[in-house]
Amino acid sequence: MTETPEQDISPTLLQRITEAAARREPLRIHGGDTKRDLLGRPVAGTALDISGHRGIVHYEPAELVVSVRAGTTIDYLLSALREQGQTLACEPPSLGGGATVGGTLACNLSGPARPWGGAMRDAVLGLEMINGKGQRLNFGGTVMKNVAGYDVSRLQAGAMGTLGVITQINLKVMPLPECVQTLAFECTAIDALGMMRERARQALPLNGACWHAGVLQLRLAGAETAVTHTARQLGGQALAESDTLWRDLRELRLPLFTQATPLWRLSLDPAAPLDDALTVSAIDWAGAQRWVATEADFDTVCASAAAAAGHACLFRGGERHAEVRSPLHAPDAAIQQRLKLAFDPERIFNPGRLYGWM
Amino acid sequence: MSQPPPGTRPDIDRAALAARMTACVGAHNVLSDRESMRPYECDALTLYRDMPLLVVLPENDQQVQAVMRCCSELQVPVVARGAGTGLTAGSMPHPEGILLSLAKLDRIVRISPQSCSATVQPGVSNLAISAAASRYGLYYAPDPSSQIACSIGGNVASNSGGVHCLKYGLTVHNLLSMTVITAQGERLQLGSAGLDSPGLDMMAIMTGSEGLLGIVTEITVKLLPQPPAARVLLAGFDSIRAAGDAVGTIIAAGIIPAGLEMMDALAVQAAEDFCQAGYPRAAQAILLCEVDGTEQEVEQHTGRLHELLQRAGASSLHIAQSEEERALLWRGRKATFPAVGRLAPDYYCMDGTIPRSAVSTVLEQIAGLSKHYGLRVANVFHAGDGNLHPLILFDAGDSEQVRKAESFGARILELCVAAGGCITGEHGVGLEKLRQMPVQFSHEELLQLEDIKAAFDPALNLNPGKGVPILKRCQEYRALPGRHQHD
Ligand SMILES: Cc1cc2nc3c(=O)[nH]c(=O)nc-3n(C[C@H](O)[C@H](O)[C@H](O)COP(=O)(O)OP(=O)(O)OC[C@H]3O[C@@H](n4cnc5c(N)ncnc54)[C@H](O)[C@@H]3O)c2cc1C
Repeated sequence: MTETPEQDISPTLLQRITEAAARREPLRIHGGDTKRDLLGRPVAGTALDISGHRGIVHYEPAELVVSVRAGTTIDYLLSALREQGQTLACEPPSLGGGATVGGTLACNLSGPARPWGGAMRDAVLGLEMINGKGQRLNFGGTVMKNVAGYDVSRLQAGAMGTLGVITQINLKVMPLPECVQTLAFECTAIDALGMMRERARQALPLNGACWHAGVLQLRLAGAETAVTHTARQLGGQALAESDTLWRDLRELRLPLFTQATPLWRLSLDPAAPLDDALTVSAIDWAGAQRWVATEADFDTVCASAAAAAGHACLFRGGERHAEVRSPLHAPDAAIQQRLKLAFDPERIFNPGRLYGWM
Repeated sequence: MSQPPPGTRPDIDRAALAARMTACVGAHNVLSDRESMRPYECDALTLYRDMPLLVVLPENDQQVQAVMRCCSELQVPVVARGAGTGLTAGSMPHPEGILLSLAKLDRIVRISPQSCSATVQPGVSNLAISAAASRYGLYYAPDPSSQIACSIGGNVASNSGGVHCLKYGLTVHNLLSMTVITAQGERLQLGSAGLDSPGLDMMAIMTGSEGLLGIVTEITVKLLPQPPAARVLLAGFDSIRAAGDAVGTIIAAGIIPAGLEMMDALAVQAAEDFCQAGYPRAAQAILLCEVDGTEQEVEQHTGRLHELLQRAGASSLHIAQSEEERALLWRGRKATFPAVGRLAPDYYCMDGTIPRSAVSTVLEQIAGLSKHYGLRVANVFHAGDGNLHPLILFDAGDSEQVRKAESFGARILELCVAAGGCITGEHGVGLEKLRQMPVQFSHEELLQLEDIKAAFDPALNLNPGKGVPILKRCQEYRALPGRHQHD
């Protein structure tokens, strides 16, 4: 696929949104459409394609900041960053190459480095968006710190396009680690969880901790001396191909992501014990993210997550027309609804994508 | 229920209000005489002062909820206050409202070493969290210079930073969940013990909301393992420009120091006089550069930084030889505000951010303004993340100097915006920077911010007249008493 590097279609987007608002026409916002069947509920609406709005607008490696149009692919951005020895610390998936920066932010989808490198939401410094009144707005900036006004940029992370169309994003970038090493330990899920938590409590150059298919893998990243020393200290089997599991996890290519059973993502207290009633397929993020493939019903999975002080999301498959994420308490839902209307009074953006009522 | 329209307030009788508040929190937790309320009339920006109708000091979350329900019913403005170390008059009382002190909610509820988290009440001081976590080898990373005194609730409300936030992030990056009591007295449970929560990112919108969207009554923060090693390098430079360029060189080399601070000559002199930190008095600017991590990592990065700083033209270069010396070098930096404060009757601390590469240009422009206004200025700079703190020296007893200091400060913020930065990096807008909000935001953007406020607090009872200018409702709105509308 060849990609036209630069293209500004924001005037067209603005016009489309203004028309849609006037007609109260629901829009289904998409970039590469790689996450259409993931994370959220299906949206009935006219497609609004952002993927044509692309290009790196500004990149200043010494400032650790890149400004990029929302339709730019993750692949394209990462390769530009790599040329300068930099990357996005949250390790977002490119999902076959189509994933865009805007869609990734809207879904706040991060890779295995998330507990140490943060999420997309943590890398956002500022953005430009179009709200449901057809106004082009800028929040945040291109500097590391900015606390003027409410944090509207970060609010877009995980909102799944329900508040507006993200058109441009300023992100904090980080240096690529000098050295990466993965260690493997054969063990049960319970032992793996214990080991992960123990390691997470120590000051180690840790940057990945996942148990899958009977093997715990720990990824070390950072200064070469530190990685080598820590690897020796922790033991285990040093893998020659250090990236295989992490890439497959990030890109959702493990068998668990493609099998037919409904797949749940549980975001929990990392130290919460395993729930015997729901077998985990993988434990990632040093315990904080657990993948469960199960036919168990919505309430059962949500209750299990709540017992571990967290939330559940029906990530893939299953009944996607019903709610797909843990319910909110009534006052929280009421405020989220009012916030939605504060941005999108005609409810044109991705209606029902996040919750049926939003 | 007949409620007055938003923005208009019924006249409130102090005694009647005191009786209602006493019913919520008990008589010993309500202050109404001027002498007892005096300590609450301002935060650390003492230029702005006012007296509330009452000071109310709830002891727990239920009492906060009762107070908020009552104030919502009576349409009484509520200004939250943590430790009052803010620098923007954010917790300055409203003359027709109550000042809600969270100081008595000061319990560390729980430390969960296995989960690497701590649950605390908002009145706990920033440093107390790390102190309590240290027995598990853990700590809370954001470290504002005011950390001995400032409250974690205030940190959350301001999204505070510290000298280590280039590597470890701001407050917003280090939180897991919080409990909030809304303007109407409802309880919200935001975030979770996991890393990502479903729905809109309410943690993000609450963090840094300056007491305008809700009262934070409990917070769960992330704890990190204490790094086993840390070392600090001190480099002197003959010019600000050389020091600024050195910062760019370090970042470009792929090293993210745990802390990277710059101080100009006047700040260095003041700090030296104050605590003899061992800074080179002859330098035009110094850089303090700290690396932390495992022994090996620190060793490797210290060597590399030494080489980079030397190549960048440092006129003096020193590596702290002991833990005591490292602490001393940081003490000099963390004490800069009070140290500079000794040079004049008063100082006015600004908080703009700029792209790092603009630092020398902006500092030269500030030097020009300093001549123009005839007021001295000392500069400290979180160089790693472009956050500038010019400290303007003046005499608050001289009304002409006050006027000049404020005008000088406003010009500095405009310079920051013009350089591609913003009007506040970590202190917030409060009352102080309300006038600069339209410099950074368009009319439509301000209206969007106002709509967010209305989604949480349609009656505009929480910290009215601060943070975000109210445009739509401004005519009928008595946010600022006349004497605060100085120009
Ligand atoms: C010497 C000195 C050095 C400083 N250094 C730094 C620094 O390095 N980095 C930095 O970021 N700041 C710094 N500050 C500023 C200040 O310390 C921080 O903003 C701090 O977070 C304020 O905390 P506080 O408890 O004193 O809050 P307050 O001043 O009491 O309140 C600040 C704001 O938060 C609101 N608020 C307080 N508590 C709550 C609550 N529980 N719920 C809702 N709203 C609430 C108030 O209404 C107000 O708007 C410094 C200040 C001083 C005096």
